[in-house]
Amino acid sequence: MKKEKMNEPKEPLFHVLKRANVPAWQTWVIRLSAIVVSILICSLLAFLIIGASPLKFLGALFDGTFGTSLRIWKLLKGTAILAGISLALVPAFRMHFWNTGAEGQVLIGMLAAVACIMAFRDTIPNGLLVVIMLIASVLAGMLWGFIPAFFKANWNTNETLFTLMLNYVATYLVKYFLIKWTPNGSSTIGRLKYGMLPTILNDYLLVILVIIVMVAIMHVYLNYSKHGYEISVVGGSVNTARYIGINVKKVIIRTMCVSGAICGIVGFLIVSGLDHSITAESVGGQGFTAIMVAWMANFNPILLLFSSFLVAFLNQGSGEIQTVFNVSDAFPSIVIGIVLFFVIGCEFFINYRIVFRKKEDK
Amino acid sequence: MTNNVKLELKGISKTFGSIKANTKVDLKLHEGEILAILGENGSGKTTLMNMIAGIYFPDEGQIFIDGKEVTIHSPKDAYNYKIGMIHQHFKLVDVFSASENIVLGVETKAKYDINEVNDAVAAIAERYGFIIDPKKKVHEMSVSEKQTVEIIKVLYRGADILILDEPTAVLTPQEIDKLFSVLRKMKEDGKSIIIITHKLNEVKAISDNVTVLLKGKYVDTVKTADSTESQLTELMVGKKVTLNIDRTEPNNPTDRLVVDNLCSTNEEGIATLDHISFTARSGEILGIAGIAGSGQKELLEAIAGLQKIDAGTVLFNNPKKDKPVTYIHKSYKKVCQLASEGKFHYEDGTKVDFTGMKKKDIVALVNDGKVLFNEDEVIDLRDKTPLEIRELGVRLSFVPEDRLGMGLVGSMDITNNMMLRSYRKGKSFLLNRKNPEALAEEIVHDLEVVTPSIKTPVRRLSGGNIQKVLVGREISYAPKVFMAAYPVRGLDINSSYMIYNLLNKQKESGAAILFVGEDLDVLLELSDRILVINAGKVTGIVDARTTTKEEVGLLMTKHEGINETKEVQA
Repeated sequence: MKKEKMNEPKEPLFHVLKRANVPAWQTWVIRLSAIVVSILICSLLAFLIIGASPLKFLGALFDGTFGTSLRIWKLLKGTAILAGISLALVPAFRMHFWNTGAEGQVLIGMLAAVACIMAFRDTIPNGLLVVIMLIASVLAGMLWGFIPAFFKANWNTNETLFTLMLNYVATYLVKYFLIKWTPNGSSTIGRLKYGMLPTILNDYLLVILVIIVMVAIMHVYLNYSKHGYEISVVGGSVNTARYIGINVKKVIIRTMCVSGAICGIVGFLIVSGLDHSITAESVGGQGFTAIMVAWMANFNPILLLFSSFLVAFLNQGSGEIQTVFNVSDAFPSIVIGIVLFFVIGCEFFINYRIVFRKKEDK
Repeated sequence: MTNNVKLELKGISKTFGSIKANTKVDLKLHEGEILAILGENGSGKTTLMNMIAGIYFPDEGQIFIDGKEVTIHSPKDAYNYKIGMIHQHFKLVDVFSASENIVLGVETKAKYDINEVNDAVAAIAERYGFIIDPKKKVHEMSVSEKQTVEIIKVLYRGADILILDEPTAVLTPQEIDKLFSVLRKMKEDGKSIIIITHKLNEVKAISDNVTVLLKGKYVDTVKTADSTESQLTELMVGKKVTLNIDRTEPNNPTDRLVVDNLCSTNEEGIATLDHISFTARSGEILGIAGIAGSGQKELLEAIAGLQKIDAGTVLFNNPKKDKPVTYIHKSYKKVCQLASEGKFHYEDGTKVDFTGMKKKDIVALVNDGKVLFNEDEVIDLRDKTPLEIRELGVRLSFVPEDRLGMGLVGSMDITNNMMLRSYRKGKSFLLNRKNPEALAEEIVHDLEVVTPSIKTPVRRLSGGNIQKVLVGREISYAPKVFMAAYPVRGLDINSSYMIYNLLNKQKESGAAILFVGEDLDVLLELSDRILVINAGKVTGIVDARTTTKEEVGLLMTKHEGINETKEVQA
């Protein structure tokens, strides 16, 4: 029977063809519509699961992010921090070094900053303390980037696992020091009134500006400097890099030091400019979210501002939905998951088109 | 050959993005026929065959087998129609034996008995004159043995229609003869065979009919016996072409690169280069022949500073006698040191002595080109990195075998690939893209690179154009030694001849050229001398003007396979 079926010629139901030369505006239309469609699906889902009317759902999503000027500032801050961490990953990723350790690199930067506060809080003036904290954070972040890079460069260890494991080292180091610093055993150090960054207008603007400047510098570094060029060559082909005389080991280590240093700076900004405190969960998984943000931006520092804005918006908006509708904290994750699925999935439709079997083939 | 049409294609089309790989191709294959498919690279031969073998599905058109229309969705369907394809790149599991590879994926209800399979394989081998050890592991096999496994694999599945995609590309002349005799036996046995090739002499030797494709379109099918090579070329290229390689006499050759007892081992500790010695002379093309994987790649990489050298020397004679000293390759300190050793002279022949002179004056003298070398420089390239070699002023160009894996970065555009060699110039932290851009424009123009723009990632270009970009860049540095590994692999006839001409031009301008080739006809026509290596050893250096293909072929297999070859030929 199988044989018979095979003998009758039949075109498959559809086949996939590669698209040629899709204009840029069209790709953006596809991406934007993916976002719109996914948010509509989320509201439908919200209606089915928690009985929220789609209008109310969308209302809460936007109210939570754009409702008051404070919420807007918080959204911008969230975007900036996420962008900062993703920015740190971009040079490593361009080199095809899969740094999954941003979480730990930021945390260790924070720890270094807090350690400086603990060590020098009453002995030196605030301005000097801030500078020392910055240096300590950068060095700590760099160290966390250097270690896996050194092993990768010399013994070709797996950087993904290595950086991932260092996250745990950072987390437990923080826990250890929290116990050490709190003799009463509470393991929380509260708000530290030392080593604070000056503020412009409000608590957030300076941090946001610093991140924007870093994005601009990184854009130039990656696209117009010799270092950036070497990163792209190593990422494109290690053999070609060797062939042309690039010291691949040096580039790997140098780039990961840059990557770790930026994480360190972000850690410093969180301690000195925003939180003024530290817990083992201070980074809150943003180091992992940043991996996705960097990918979505195609490792482009400028585009990264948009992708981190999208994620920060969803995070904050669905957080508001969680409070308004009093649902579990899994809900924001579902919303983000659905939207990102669509955003990433739509790349398929940018690269390919689907041709269905023509009707007249009967 | 009978008059029964075994396989027929009608109006087959396949598009990839904007590229039309096949447009309305027709083809007829008779029972007991050997049909050659001839066409330049990119003419859609392999795509067409892949549609018969079920790897691609045609956008349009019909396939008939024994007069009945069929649909082939997958390689499994193809096997059910008794179609078997032997791909250019073998699809075998290295750690499995020949027999294990052969039964892999065969669906029978019966339990496998490997001994039975071994017997079946041996029977097939005997029937068609193969030589194979069914128990031998694939990773221990030579390329020709692997190909044998691939062929038996499709025969074991009962294929009546065999498709061979460029089967001769990796074989020595003797192995090609062996393969052809096997194919003839299969033909006598009633099998229908399609063979893809772009070598005309092979088409003439083996096929009954030739179907020619040009740019994805069907051109014509002609009887092999009634056509000449020049007619076939014309059909294949679409216009009259004269294909000549001009071999000029080397102009005043001097020893440029002296390789002495070079040894190297790979990561597993197996010797890849075994006491290799030879001299490459200026103004001369030294062809390097050998079976794929005999150490060609390792040899060139060792010279270029990319392989660890265990023993031996690679001496580069830099023709610097009576040429000015420059700061590009010599630091101020080094210049002073060499001057104190008495290595320089002035134009009037007096010795250079910097003692008591101010730095400013010395720099001025050197920059004005007044300080000249007494002798040629001799530099040992062993244990130097590619960068050190370049900084020593050794103008060594290298076109590696795997162009996108080494040599170019596929995701970068042409300008950025030009910059690979020059980006370090200047003290600025930032890149200078002006000169590379100009070079990119120049190469695209001079070498007729087909590309939308110099901003296109090189990965998107066709094989020939990628090669032109790489060769163009390497030539632009006026090399003293030019090494090229399989520079025309995957290139069409016109591009190939353009590359040969470029090599000849380098030869005329006095570079020493090392040319690793796979097509012996070309090696014999282009080279001045041919170095033959086998399993990392030099088995001979012959004069290309007087040697024969057979002599080179025998040298290529000097330590193995001679007896086997003779048996088959007898």
